[in-house]
Amino acid sequence: MSDPTMGSMVTPPAEQPTVPATTVAPDAGTPRRKEKPRGLLGDAWYDLRRKPLFWISTAFILLFVLMAAFPSLFTSVDPSHGELSRSRVEPSANGWFGYDVQGRDVYARVIHGAEASIVVAVLATIGTVLLGGTIGMLAGYRGGWVDAILSRVADVFFGIPFVLGAIVILFALNPPGSTRDKYSIMGIVVASLVILTWPVSMRIMRSAVLSTKEADYIVAARAMGAGPGRIILKHLLPNCLAPVLVYSTILIGSFIGAEATLSFLGVGLKSPVVSWGIMINEAQQFIRVSPFLLLFPAGFLVVAVLSFVMLGETVREALDPKLR
Amino acid sequence: MSDVTVSEPQVDTSGRPTGRLLEVDNLRVEFRTRDGVAKVINGVTYHVDAGETLAVLGESGSGKSVTAQTIMGILDTPPGFVTGGEIRFQGRDMLAMSAEERRRIRGEGIAMVFQDALSALNPVFNVGFQIGEQFRVRRGMSRADAKKRAIEMLDLVKIPNAKQRVNEYPHQFSGGMRQRVMIAMSLALDPQVLIADEPTTALDVTVQAQIMDLLAELQRERQMGLILITHDLGVVADVADRIAVMYAGRIVEEADVHELYAKPAHPYTIGLLESIPRIDEKGQQLRTIRGLPPSLLKIPSGCPFHPRCPMAQPVCVEKVPPLLQLGPTRASACHFAEELVSRD
Repeated sequence: MSDPTMGSMVTPPAEQPTVPATTVAPDAGTPRRKEKPRGLLGDAWYDLRRKPLFWISTAFILLFVLMAAFPSLFTSVDPSHGELSRSRVEPSANGWFGYDVQGRDVYARVIHGAEASIVVAVLATIGTVLLGGTIGMLAGYRGGWVDAILSRVADVFFGIPFVLGAIVILFALNPPGSTRDKYSIMGIVVASLVILTWPVSMRIMRSAVLSTKEADYIVAARAMGAGPGRIILKHLLPNCLAPVLVYSTILIGSFIGAEATLSFLGVGLKSPVVSWGIMINEAQQFIRVSPFLLLFPAGFLVVAVLSFVMLGETVREALDPKLR
Repeated sequence: MSDVTVSEPQVDTSGRPTGRLLEVDNLRVEFRTRDGVAKVINGVTYHVDAGETLAVLGESGSGKSVTAQTIMGILDTPPGFVTGGEIRFQGRDMLAMSAEERRRIRGEGIAMVFQDALSALNPVFNVGFQIGEQFRVRRGMSRADAKKRAIEMLDLVKIPNAKQRVNEYPHQFSGGMRQRVMIAMSLALDPQVLIADEPTTALDVTVQAQIMDLLAELQRERQMGLILITHDLGVVADVADRIAVMYAGRIVEEADVHELYAKPAHPYTIGLLESIPRIDEKGQQLRTIRGLPPSLLKIPSGCPFHPRCPMAQPVCVEKVPPLLQLGPTRASACHFAEELVSRD
């Protein structure tokens, strides 16, 4: 702790606006970072750019997004065109991933299935995190009766069994035989997923806020005259984001699965709409005779989930300065 | 301090107001807990002038930190409630101000240095960004300008290599350097009063001395009023102008630093001074003040110190001794204060 510069740094009176002589001196060593001032996100981005895992997972996610947005880039085969003569034909040069029980091209179906799976999972996750995070932040920060009411409301939603609740909601809004189009069904599925799962992210956010709220740096921010808006957005949120972010990356995976479950039960997406979940469910009856039917959609699902989890992990590390 | 004078803030040539900067007048704070009402502050009165250092001394639970929190407006309500008294900043009662007015005084009028700088700095922002935040928000500076000012502030608190270290995060600083950052941050908006709540408790002894020197130097240069809250008699001796000793939520003695060390006028202060380990009493048992500080839920009748006082008399159990003015600069809340001062 010896301080060699102590004697040389004679500090000027506070009112004097000039820079002390010591700071004008050019840097002796090369600066480790560029001198442009950065905030939290700037630092996180600087850190992320150097992580191979970040680029790998981003590349995969971009690939899946591209698949979802422009399936015609990857295949020109109609995913719902089936020829029973090639039912359960194994992978070959003609059909890379083989043909399913209806004789439809599995490769084309996997490509076209990305849209429903990714869109539903990502939108539902964003909705869950935004809704649950906002309510959790409010409950944790305000405390008292606000917290009591919001927490009890969350408990009510938390108490509804997921599958049962989703069946009730979807059955009411999307009964079998209804003629809704693909996107309105996807919207309803997303809404029901959000409504039934927001309490978890609300609880995570609330507990993170509760423990962070008491921290000295929040008190210090108040003591330096920061208002409630600034404290919530600038000081609480960055410190509470990590657990919610980690949860949300796992959530994307479980939502892809949930979408599949609901499709299987006949209340979610329906054929001829293609999704990985529908394909996995169709394949499960033939798991022993034609395992490739399960392998390809499940493989895509695993890679997609893993990419989101890895991306979440690297982002979380970048947002936490101690892990740099 | 029995004569309460509301002094008009005067302004000297440098544009800084002189005279009574901050006055705490008969402040009362209680904590309403499940076990009952804890009277944490029972009529605390002290003041600090421009260019003066007041040390508030007392053991844990004496209310010294709560007084500071009440001044800063960071008292947790509930359970803490202000039940009486005034806190005047430049003659204006802060407790009567609107929340917005009070918020504006924080940082610019009165600032605070916290005990544990690691937990008082936001872990996710680099220190330049944190110090600069005040310039950006309160002075409307651009990011680049705010960072330049942050580097100046780090230079001011003698952090070597400020230009590089401004990009580092709180956990990358050592304890002493971290406390310097904290001081830089609290001084950013050039406050007139600085409250340092046990600023050196979390540091080792050599660093303690450096930080105290730094605080004293900055206080002299900027003619700030400094309120130094501590339980360490050794820390205050060199730095403080006046000392206020607190016990069970009251000021029990207030005196010029030399007077207090030479001739304490309260048995509690005597006990504190005697309990400092001395180099010429090698091998002997350390002297202590027997007993424990009282529970604030059940403060003893009369003088709160009487159960532990070596010279307690029946009158001490019955009557609360008022804070008696013994001279121009000193006061004591003991029934026998005059005897203590006159004996040798």
